[in-house]
Amino acid sequence: MTATTLTAPAAAAPPAERTLPLKTRLQRAERRKKLLHLALIAPLAVFLLLTFLWPIGALLKRSVDNPEVVGGLPATAAALAHWNGQGLPPASALAIFVKEMEGARGSTELASAAKRLNTEMTGYRSLIMKTARSLPLPDGSNLQEGLAAIDPRWSETRTWQVMARAGQPYTSYYLLAALDHAVDADGAIVAATEDQAIYLDVLGRTFWMSLVVTLCCLVLGFPLAYLLTSLPTRSSNLLMILVLLPFWTSILVRVASWIVLLQSGGLVNQALQALGLIDEPLQLVFNRLGVYIAMTHILLPFMILPLYSVMKGISPIYLRAAQSLGCPPFQSFWKVYFPQTLPGVFAGSLLVFILSMGYYITPALLGGPQEQMASYFIAFYTNETINWGMAAALSTVLLGATLLLYVVYSRYAGQGRNATKAR
Amino acid sequence: MAAQSGSTGQEAHVTFTRVQKTYDGETLIVRDLNLEIRRGEFLTLLGPSGSGKTTCLMMLAGFETPTSGEIRVGGTVINKVPPHRRNIGMVFQNYALFPHMTVAENLRFPLSVRKLPAADIDAKVKRALVMVRLEAFGNRYPQQLSGGQQQRIALARALVFEPELVLMDEPLGALDKQLREHMQIEIKHLHDSLGITFVFVTHDQGEALTMSDRIAVFDRGEIQQIDSAECLYEEPANAFVAGFIGESNTLQGTLLERNGDACAIRLPSGAVVQARAADVGAVGSSAVVSVRPERIVLNGASAGCENRFSAKVKELIYQGDHVRVQLDLGNQSSLMVKAPISQLSHELRPEQPIEVGIPAAHLRALAPTPSA
Ligand SMILES: Nc1ncnc2c1ncn2[C@@H]1O[C@H](COP(=O)(O)OP(=O)(O)OP(=O)(O)O)[C@@H](O)[C@H]1O
Ligand SMILES: [Mg+2]
Repeated sequence: MTATTLTAPAAAAPPAERTLPLKTRLQRAERRKKLLHLALIAPLAVFLLLTFLWPIGALLKRSVDNPEVVGGLPATAAALAHWNGQGLPPASALAIFVKEMEGARGSTELASAAKRLNTEMTGYRSLIMKTARSLPLPDGSNLQEGLAAIDPRWSETRTWQVMARAGQPYTSYYLLAALDHAVDADGAIVAATEDQAIYLDVLGRTFWMSLVVTLCCLVLGFPLAYLLTSLPTRSSNLLMILVLLPFWTSILVRVASWIVLLQSGGLVNQALQALGLIDEPLQLVFNRLGVYIAMTHILLPFMILPLYSVMKGISPIYLRAAQSLGCPPFQSFWKVYFPQTLPGVFAGSLLVFILSMGYYITPALLGGPQEQMASYFIAFYTNETINWGMAAALSTVLLGATLLLYVVYSRYAGQGRNATKAR
Repeated sequence: MAAQSGSTGQEAHVTFTRVQKTYDGETLIVRDLNLEIRRGEFLTLLGPSGSGKTTCLMMLAGFETPTSGEIRVGGTVINKVPPHRRNIGMVFQNYALFPHMTVAENLRFPLSVRKLPAADIDAKVKRALVMVRLEAFGNRYPQQLSGGQQQRIALARALVFEPELVLMDEPLGALDKQLREHMQIEIKHLHDSLGITFVFVTHDQGEALTMSDRIAVFDRGEIQQIDSAECLYEEPANAFVAGFIGESNTLQGTLLERNGDACAIRLPSGAVVQARAADVGAVGSSAVVSVRPERIVLNGASAGCENRFSAKVKELIYQGDHVRVQLDLGNQSSLMVKAPISQLSHELRPEQPIEVGIPAAHLRALAPTPSA
């Protein structure tokens, strides 16, 4: 097809056409094909855009969104944006503030603005409420003095600086908070106080637990995947069905059954006691061990499948070749077979790791407070305190960490692929 | 080491004694193998697909264990020696070059496993690359080489640790015809210069005839004949070998009488032919006579032949240096003749009657192949 479209015009076309560079003619011939391909993927692209990219983008935007003060006191926020931050704001800005406060008195917008300001500076909420109640100022009085008379804090630069900062449409507050940092009154980034610093801990725990689960899956999944490739077709098909069995049941059912199995009066403890291996029931659930057991079980297929697909492509002849060259069987496996499975090892580990990082239900049901991962806090902020900013910021940090991991992986995998090019 | 001996000795290097092999406990893939491989020779195992060639080779390499019987290398029984201790070089059909290692790393592998000093390893790897004329390719990955180049590297890898015995299982099967013929010569030259024992498996008889000192013809798990190329072609021991190696015409008949080397066979048409008795049963038993197409003479040249027939030309195929003539002998039997252009004094046409002669010396009487 392509050959004819390429050569036919060259033979029949007028000389001008024929003098076109070959590259141009190739591009022309390919253009139609490209358009067709674009048309074919367009529905998917639109679908992804509407159901995936757009909602995620919107959520991520919330992590830097700062709508409360801008919503509650829009004119003031705009006026303060022009203030240089030295001394007190100019009288024009103060006038706008006083007028807006009078108008907004008692509105929910003002309440949420006050609440937002309070997160930056303790006591700001009552200051706003008190001020709103005390307005209007007596006619003809000096604005600056009038405000100072309501509360002396209005004559402090810092009070206005905080409002100016909180009045910006975007803020780094939530993202910094998700990393246990905050902006202090002078605008410098400082570490959060000890009683507020919990998120880095949570992130570290999320990483660590994901890593342990990934390693468990790898250690358990690798031999199983190898077994799957070396068994005769019939038995390997059966085994594959068993591997995929977990996919057939709901994750909740599986978690619940782990509770039944692992609890102190559960099957596992009873069996161990009956065998005389233990005297006291082991604490297998509602702690980290239980989370590891259940997550490993649930995520194991995601490790086995990529490993299996890579291993299936590796001919057993390589092992024979290594042995014929004088390498003992185990060493042959390690030096010749294992390196060829690395793409599968990395793909499976990445998949399991990324899935673990976002795990919510299993740690929530099977773990204690010390096992809750980042997703728990995201759910907490969305469902319970309705703090979208914090929820979005934690999601952003999680997404950022995942993307970073993926970039590292694709770097490595890219290098690996160059090495074993066109396998 | 054998490397110095150069020429083919008569000393046995490998012996298979009463070796049997079955995979499923029902059918014997190798029935009763008695084979002596001489030190320094190039032995080819030739046979149709499924005849057990690879199985034999795998038993020698240690990847399959004989069900019964003994395999000795240099006098010691190796039935229980694991493959990695046999020190046998092996070239696999698809080369089995390790894809995650460069060419040089592939060659280095058997040497570093043997814990040789690094300087020795480098020198040997370099020498091996020179030997297969791929000095410049050490840093490439196997996938970046052409089929023929991969083949040569596989060969170099099997030779780099200086084994005394090298096994090759259809190593040229994946190459195109021209490259295959080139590699045949190259492998042959390597064998001549190294003087080590090569065991080569193929089902391409042209390849076997080109390369081998001796050829073992396999069929259904048994060696039918083991001999030099010339003997196999000119003096096939039985009807299977006659039919398998090269082209031959066979005619059915019964043994009429036998007088030492000579015998007389009656064909179904009633005609009696004189033949050489190679592998015939008792008088009265059925036999086949076999003759190579180029040994049949036509027209005037047939005057002095012991066996003469009248036939009709059925078909002519012009082949450049010779003409293939399909002859109808009547009675539904036919002969195929390869006649050099120079021998045909005048033009032949289909349906033309013709005189055919078969010299008794080239007509071999054999027992028919037992039907499977
Ligand atoms: N691992 C095995 N298990 C069971 N049967 C086998 C096995 N390997 C080979 N066979 C059978 O043994 C017979 C001989 O196989 P083998 O591979 O030795 O033939 P071959 O002469 O090398 O044929 P080819 O020229 O096609 O390679 C075949 O019928 C095959 O089906
Ligand atoms: Mg074979």
